[in-house]
Amino acid sequence: MTIARPYAAAFAARFMLLLQYRAAALAGFATQCWWGGIKVMVYAAFYAAAPAAASTSLSLSQTITYTWVAQALFALVPWTGDPEIGQAVRTGAVGYDRLRPVDTYGWWYARAAAWMTAKVVPRAALMLAFAGVLLPLIGLETWSWRPPPDVAQASLFAVSAVLLVALSSAWVMLLNLAAVRFLDERGVNALTASLIIVFSGNLLPLPLFPNWMQTFLFVQPFAGMLDIPVRIYSGDLVGERALAGLALQAGWTGFFILVGRIWMERLMGRLQMQGG
Amino acid sequence: MPQILVQDLAKTYRVAEREPGLLGAARGLVRRRTRTVEALRDVSFSLERGELLGFIGPNGAGKSTTIKILSGILRPDSGRVEVGGLVPYADRIAHVSRIGVVFGQRTQLWWDLPVIDGFDLLRDIYRVDPVRYARTRDELVSLLRLSTLLDQPVRQLSLGQRMRAEIAAALLHEPDVLFLDEPTIGLDAPSKLAVREFVKRLNRERGVTVLLTTHDMHDIEALAERVIVIGHGQVLADSPFEQLRNDVLRERRLFIDFADDAPHIDLPGVEVRARGGRSLELAFDPSIVPAPRLIAAITADYAVDDVHVEQPAIEEVIARFYDLHGAAEA
Repeated sequence: MTIARPYAAAFAARFMLLLQYRAAALAGFATQCWWGGIKVMVYAAFYAAAPAAASTSLSLSQTITYTWVAQALFALVPWTGDPEIGQAVRTGAVGYDRLRPVDTYGWWYARAAAWMTAKVVPRAALMLAFAGVLLPLIGLETWSWRPPPDVAQASLFAVSAVLLVALSSAWVMLLNLAAVRFLDERGVNALTASLIIVFSGNLLPLPLFPNWMQTFLFVQPFAGMLDIPVRIYSGDLVGERALAGLALQAGWTGFFILVGRIWMERLMGRLQMQGG
Repeated sequence: MPQILVQDLAKTYRVAEREPGLLGAARGLVRRRTRTVEALRDVSFSLERGELLGFIGPNGAGKSTTIKILSGILRPDSGRVEVGGLVPYADRIAHVSRIGVVFGQRTQLWWDLPVIDGFDLLRDIYRVDPVRYARTRDELVSLLRLSTLLDQPVRQLSLGQRMRAEIAAALLHEPDVLFLDEPTIGLDAPSKLAVREFVKRLNRERGVTVLLTTHDMHDIEALAERVIVIGHGQVLADSPFEQLRNDVLRERRLFIDFADDAPHIDLPGVEVRARGGRSLELAFDPSIVPAPRLIAAITADYAVDDVHVEQPAIEEVIARFYDLHGAAEA
């Protein structure tokens, strides 16, 4: 317990602080609602018009649920590095982080995880209230966010969601380290965000891509940052495929943490502090 | 065994260089040039437990680099460094839990958090026993007069208030050694006095070893028993403050207003510093020419309206000391 104390404290402090940013949460919710609505309508048109839709594994109602869940979890997709670390790099506050009797990787990792979860909790709750409760109530059940098919899928989703946070935080750490390496995070963020928007399934659910791409899309790391948990939720990934999804999430998390730790060790060995 | 031991410390930085102008920028796209800067060339000193050492030197001399190596942030290129038997950069986690550090130009408190929340967070980061923490915190709060500031977010504090909070933050885990890098920079006179008073008490009453860097000679005068002057990454002087003062503060100034145009004065141990119409400013070494004798010699030969003697400001003397050793920043 005492070993985890600093990391838990860092997580709690950041989580509590960010939870207070109500305007940001509302703005995020409104944007993701709007986009969610547009996507749902586009998919409805696609399923109605394109015969190819029949060959995908997702039904229209699963795709609609996929869309709402994906919009709700939007803040867990690692679009950018942790802005706090980016700022610490520019101001030299990284030096202070090295003065703490904690493992710097774990310390930053806990903060990144807090940053992401604090953003997702209010947004996901609002999204669920809107797409899962309000839409059915006003008679738009067809367009709504449905519950998972059974308890088994729901519990697999819970595990997958935790792994999603772990994996995304490990990726954020790589972006953070790139910021330390290049003293600026913007270039790397712009570069990786375009990969993530496609390969996480945010732009288009991965099952809707051509069949010959499916194996690659399933095993690449970004699937675990959105597509895998959302497909488990909607009942598209079941049984062994669901377990394989969890294993991929865990495997990529371990890999990114390992790479991040080695990289951090090297960067900190030749850290420089410029000026005063 | 000294508490802090530094031997032959050297550290270089690589700095990216770019030629000015558009052409330079275009060249930089193809080939990057770097230049090596020697921050520390050969620094050696040692410090006993309970000592209070002042570190002075011009900007870019290597003071902050030394502090950053001693606190475990930076790794030296070569040389030996030990604090309390630990090598800072190698045993970083064990080392940093026993030291406190304040960088006057940066903040270690969380900008958006109230001061007290920041303190509580530090308690958990340093894994301080809660009962012990409460006692230390209350003591620091009363000594540094922080009680009215505790509920305020750090960003709302004035610089002087923030610096007091920073110092408290660096001491919540009761470190044996305190590194202060320009702790009084930008502070007003009362805040400076408060900081000095507190650091002095901490050193005298708790026996905390203190190493501080500053550009404010009054800090040194008020606090440090021993002073190291550093320039160009080398130790230029390491002596008790009194001795440094006697060495460099021996000089006196004699200001004379003559009844007629100022004459040429050529006496041993006397140097003309400034001349203007009827007035002269002479620098002299009282151990060669005592002031009364110099005044007597001049008034005997010339008609004089007014004389007075001054001791040069310590800042000026230190600046000359840097010049003398070629230490001033290029």
